[in-house]
Amino acid sequence: MLNVENLHVEIGGKEIIHGVNLKIPEGETHILMGPNGSGKTTLLRSIMGFSNYTITEGRVIFRGHDVTEIPLYERARYGMGMMFQRPPTISGLKLGKLLDVMSGGSPAKAHEYAEMMNMSPFLERDLNANFSGGEIKRSEVLQLMVQQPDFVMLDEPESGVDLENISLIGKAIAQLVDKDRHIRNRKKSGLIITHTGYIMNYLEADLGHMLCNGEIRCRGNPREMLKVIQEKGYRECIECVKL
Amino acid sequence: MRKAITGFEDLSPEDKERLEQSGMILSSENRCGSFFQADQDVRHTSCTYEGIEMLPTAEALKKYDWLKDYYWNLVDKDKDEYTRYVAAQEPRGYTIIAKKGSKNIFPLQTCLYMATDDIQTVHNIIIAEEGAELHLITGCVSSHSVGHGSHYGVTEIYVGKDALISTTMIHTWGEDVTVVPRSAAKLEENGTFLSNYISMKPVKRVQMYPEARLTGENSVARFSSVVLAPEGSELDLGQRAILEAKGTSAELLSRVITRGGNVITRAHIIGGAEETRGHIECKGLILKDGTIHAIPEIEGRLTNTELSHEAAVGKIAHDEIEYLMARGLNEEEATATIIRGFLDVKIQGLPESLQRQIDAAIDAAEDGF
Repeated sequence: MLNVENLHVEIGGKEIIHGVNLKIPEGETHILMGPNGSGKTTLLRSIMGFSNYTITEGRVIFRGHDVTEIPLYERARYGMGMMFQRPPTISGLKLGKLLDVMSGGSPAKAHEYAEMMNMSPFLERDLNANFSGGEIKRSEVLQLMVQQPDFVMLDEPESGVDLENISLIGKAIAQLVDKDRHIRNRKKSGLIITHTGYIMNYLEADLGHMLCNGEIRCRGNPREMLKVIQEKGYRECIECVKL
Repeated sequence: MRKAITGFEDLSPEDKERLEQSGMILSSENRCGSFFQADQDVRHTSCTYEGIEMLPTAEALKKYDWLKDYYWNLVDKDKDEYTRYVAAQEPRGYTIIAKKGSKNIFPLQTCLYMATDDIQTVHNIIIAEEGAELHLITGCVSSHSVGHGSHYGVTEIYVGKDALISTTMIHTWGEDVTVVPRSAAKLEENGTFLSNYISMKPVKRVQMYPEARLTGENSVARFSSVVLAPEGSELDLGQRAILEAKGTSAELLSRVITRGGNVITRAHIIGGAEETRGHIECKGLILKDGTIHAIPEIEGRLTNTELSHEAAVGKIAHDEIEYLMARGLNEEEATATIIRGFLDVKIQGLPESLQRQIDAAIDAAEDGF
């Protein structure tokens, strides 16, 4: 599904990502961990193709095609999706209107998803305006449900979410990445940034990657990696030699 | 029995379309009455709704002697050269009288149409008596063939006790037309005045500063403007509310986009009585070289008034565009979606049909974003 090869990324002339390699096969969901400022969000946004993230070296191969040079919206149309950690507020633009625009001729499905995500009362609200932490995440997941990407990147989906919402969001994300399907039938893939690992209570992740100072230091069983971090912090990871 | 508007049969298909873009329904369907003035010629007046009378102002002044107390009462005849010019003409325009307790479900429509390069003048008087509810849509249109023309309009609006008047004005002028409306409203106790202004088409110059005097306790005024200024447009638009009685409130809202035109957007609320509230919201987007000069003024004259304003002028934030691009919209689609949202103004108290008309006028301009 996704193959990131020797990726180097600069922001404002400063290199943040130093030669990352990352491979996510079809049907797998991986976890991206790392201390604050290690470059996790930068990596996701570079894969998605946001401006201000200059790829100086390396490639992003998505579904067999080199998408390194293609614009953001084409990557989205080609099947990439992203959940924003802090999406912008767009005053005047109603959430429902955006879903209508995204879903083209079939807004009925969007309304069904809105119902599922308890977001129906928000369809007439300005996008992200005064949404609480949980509401923002539900809105993001709802938009992704309408978009139905083949590969979805989630930037801290559980941050700022209360216990009731986390179950709703967790289950919806599991569906987005086909984790509700039999292992043989899984077609969709995901990459999830998490600090707490709560999301793993709702979906079994296939592999974990540890990003430190813009480099992937180790990979392994994500639960095991999280346990080590919870016990010892990131100190060991930072000191760990590059793979 | 509704009558189709007469007097426009000889209009070109383009001009009929322009009338429709200004919210006019030529068949008069879903309208309780229509008025049509072409240049200086009143061609059609009809109103089928019992309790509401609409007639040309010249006729109304002859019919009702008392109307002279309402004529040049809120707008000063000597205010400026334009009012003096209008005063020197035979009165044109319309007078609407909504009798006590009447309520029109379907709005009245008035159309002021310019077909020649001359000066069009109107003097409108709108009265809602006690408890009446009157909804009016006005289409101001020039023929696509008009080069240089001017429209000078005086409108005096009287909102009686417990009454409501909504006026929705959609401008479809030409790029060399000068428009100088002079409007004022007076509100009595518990009265509500909703003034909506939409201008999405090129126009050379518009200068106006309508004013509402809230003289009756607990009366409410709401002005909303949605304006697109193409290159070559010079727009000086204002809204003023004077809170003269206890418990009155006003909200002045404007959304302005420039695509090369120059816009001054003024707003002024004077809090001059106890327990008054007022809020101004001016938002401007600069899409292309052009200027937006927002001048919100709030003037409190005693302790127990609460006035506020917010104003913002700038371009569309890039992160907003990219957010929508991540959902699969290309840059143009993302920009248009954000702009359409920016212009989306929902007006409380307005009938659904008029809100749809406003939305349609803005939608029609979407290609111009």
